[in-house]
Amino acid sequence: MDTFTVDIAIVGAGGAGLRAAIAVAESHPALTVALISKVYPMRSHTVAAEGGAAAVTLGQDTLEDHFHDTVAGGDWLCEQDVVEYFVGHAREELVQLEHWGCPWSRRPDGRANVRAFGGMKTERTWFAADRTGFHMLHTLFQTSIRYPSIRRFDEHFCVDLIVEGGRVQGVLVIEIASGDFRVIQAKAVIIATGGAGRVFRENTNGGIVTGDGMALAYRHGVPLRDMEFVQYHPTCMPGTGLLFTEACRGEGGFLLNRAGYRYLQDYGLGPAEPTPRNKAMELGPRDRLSQAYWHERQRGRTISAPHGEVVHLDLRHLGEARLRERLPQIYELALRYLGIDPSREPIPVLPAVHYTMGGIMADGTTASPLPGLYSAGECSSIGIHGANRLGSNSLTELLVFGKVAGLEAARYVNATSHGDAASVGALAEASAARALELLTRPRATERIATLRREMAKSMEDGCGIYRTAATLQSTCNRLAELKQRYQRVGLDDHSRPWNTEWLLAIELGYLLDVAQAMAHSALERRESRGCHQRLDGFEQRDDAGFLRHSLAFYRADDVPRIDYGPVKITRSQPGTRVYGAATEAARAHG
Amino acid sequence: MAEQRTVEIQVLRYHPQHDEQPAWQSYKIPFSDDTSVLQGLLYIKDEIDGTLSFRWSCRMAICGSCGMMINGKPQLSCHTFLRDLLPGPVRIEALAHFPVERDLIVSAGGFVGKLESIKPYLLPREPRALAAGEYLQTPEELERYEQFSACINCMLCYAACPEFGLNADFVGPGVLALLHRYNADSRDGGRAERMPVLNAEEGVWTCMAVGYCSEVCPKRVDPAHAVNQNKATSAADYFLRFLGPKRGPL
Repeated sequence: MDTFTVDIAIVGAGGAGLRAAIAVAESHPALTVALISKVYPMRSHTVAAEGGAAAVTLGQDTLEDHFHDTVAGGDWLCEQDVVEYFVGHAREELVQLEHWGCPWSRRPDGRANVRAFGGMKTERTWFAADRTGFHMLHTLFQTSIRYPSIRRFDEHFCVDLIVEGGRVQGVLVIEIASGDFRVIQAKAVIIATGGAGRVFRENTNGGIVTGDGMALAYRHGVPLRDMEFVQYHPTCMPGTGLLFTEACRGEGGFLLNRAGYRYLQDYGLGPAEPTPRNKAMELGPRDRLSQAYWHERQRGRTISAPHGEVVHLDLRHLGEARLRERLPQIYELALRYLGIDPSREPIPVLPAVHYTMGGIMADGTTASPLPGLYSAGECSSIGIHGANRLGSNSLTELLVFGKVAGLEAARYVNATSHGDAASVGALAEASAARALELLTRPRATERIATLRREMAKSMEDGCGIYRTAATLQSTCNRLAELKQRYQRVGLDDHSRPWNTEWLLAIELGYLLDVAQAMAHSALERRESRGCHQRLDGFEQRDDAGFLRHSLAFYRADDVPRIDYGPVKITRSQPGTRVYGAATEAARAHG
Repeated sequence: MAEQRTVEIQVLRYHPQHDEQPAWQSYKIPFSDDTSVLQGLLYIKDEIDGTLSFRWSCRMAICGSCGMMINGKPQLSCHTFLRDLLPGPVRIEALAHFPVERDLIVSAGGFVGKLESIKPYLLPREPRALAAGEYLQTPEELERYEQFSACINCMLCYAACPEFGLNADFVGPGVLALLHRYNADSRDGGRAERMPVLNAEEGVWTCMAVGYCSEVCPKRVDPAHAVNQNKATSAADYFLRFLGPKRGPL
């Protein structure tokens, strides 16, 4: 088996992985970096982020406000010291990206422009039209080309972490074009593989967002934290789940029910002013908006459409010129995919799964409990999103904590030596044999797509916007059954070069493990907080019982063990989340 | 439920270990008015034939993975709808002009190598400390390059370019558009460093101004326009060399 030896291996080359690689290359040019991705870096799902990246920018804005918006938005399940670091380093990272060439949208005076976003008290979201993630990703990828110490392994699929002697020592990958295995021996590994939205049926995520890094760390004993918190984005395309950015509402869009009524005013988010004020109505947080949709549907006030019950995202009053300038991609999506001109007709939308708040347990330095293993970005639970992420915090997170991961891993490897290559090789051989078994399995009776579809449907039915013990238990049971059937999954394709079916089968294994962590964490959390909402007697937040992070531990051939860990509170004691008119009232009293 | 009809999709298959020549294979799939070609291929992969290989991810024409020849024209499969290709059969091949690795997957390494060769990053005109904040750039200055920064690297323009078909070393439309994107950025001072690529034998003068690249671009980047701008830059650079004393770049 080919072996490459480097100082640091980074799995995933989206925003976080690229930022980490650049941080290592800039600060420690003598360290070698393997940047591994199952796609070319510019295909990574960061590319699809639309709306923007948050950082305190305007004169009237403060770090304090960004901190409080984030912590309250997360329903106090945030690591407050980490949030404080995050808001304090957000702007310098966006400026850094500007210095690397990112084409941020500008004000007439030449400064970077900011727009309003849900749950944010002040306009602080930097944007590049409605292609912010695309521009950030391409800027990072192109900048990374400057650094000769970064060796890319494009289109290499990570099959396993190599853990030996109580620390991570590298990764096993498949070169997709040939189907050959390679070992990348490293002193530290940074996981930056993104989220796991494909666990659900209707989702905004690309096909590659299959929780790979989460599952790999989890199988090696690293807990997945707060996995029950899965964000539904309220405005997605029926049928496909494709995203209509929150910036549609940041720019002034309305949400209407079947009567053409701005229904959010009935859910504590009013008053319904012609231009929504920040943190009110359409600029409320995503969990509240998705929940309001659910209630409207229960009340029969949504609109029946070919792919389900929808509400309307109305952008008509913004006019074609502004839509073309600020939301060009949205305009194009509506026109081409739905045949709707958003300057003339409202867009039918419904909530779809968008983001996993939880992930690989990481401390404020991005380190996991497994020595040598770091994580950054959506795959990581560093603690800034709590029970509900605010839109535009995650693009900034990629940068702030991608950089931290790179610097911390570099610091660690400078004090660490490579382990024994022979034992790393032996572990890799054993792991490769397990992956190969899928290719040659006899008496395989189950089809990948069938299992994947049943999993996604079960997660949507049982672990969606509102949950009960009964629905969750039924999903947990179904997942256990699917894991059994996964042992019998078979392939049509038994060859090695570009066998994408083989990779789909391995990904399905990752998805099932991550799904179990989500469903069991949700079943055990007997309260309602942020985007985890229960209907079975646990409708209230329960700080005495559950102001704690859930920790899902992997158990082979069994369901996960769920444990809990403390939440770091520094200066914001849990309070009531207030939006709409109540925001002003709370401010007056505060 | 949306109306369900069926359509025939013919795919040019090729497996490097089994096939000496590519061969057409036909599939019949259900579709409705909003079914993309990509969704059709995913149906085949999931339900009929797991051996069919192709790249895809975002489904929304931004990741640039799923370019292929659809009825002879380079297009993104996620962004092309079966309703517009009736009555069929719909014929699908790997992107033209690239080496095929398997089925609909072409080798992208050559393209990425060219992209890496042109210094596709900001070479600042003036250094600026982070603490000094962002470079100032007016909306008008942004507009001069913004269009060229929208390239998703989908390589459709290469499959459309007859010159690239004849000469695989030609830098090609997408990468020349990217080069122009940095040259046209008010913050950038790297034009002189990028001139050798433009002036080289495989550089901008290889282009015969057919313009099909801009027609197939799914993001309206208009690489043909960028190439023209590059020609003007290259020509000016050529003449200025005779006008010593040593002149700086334009």
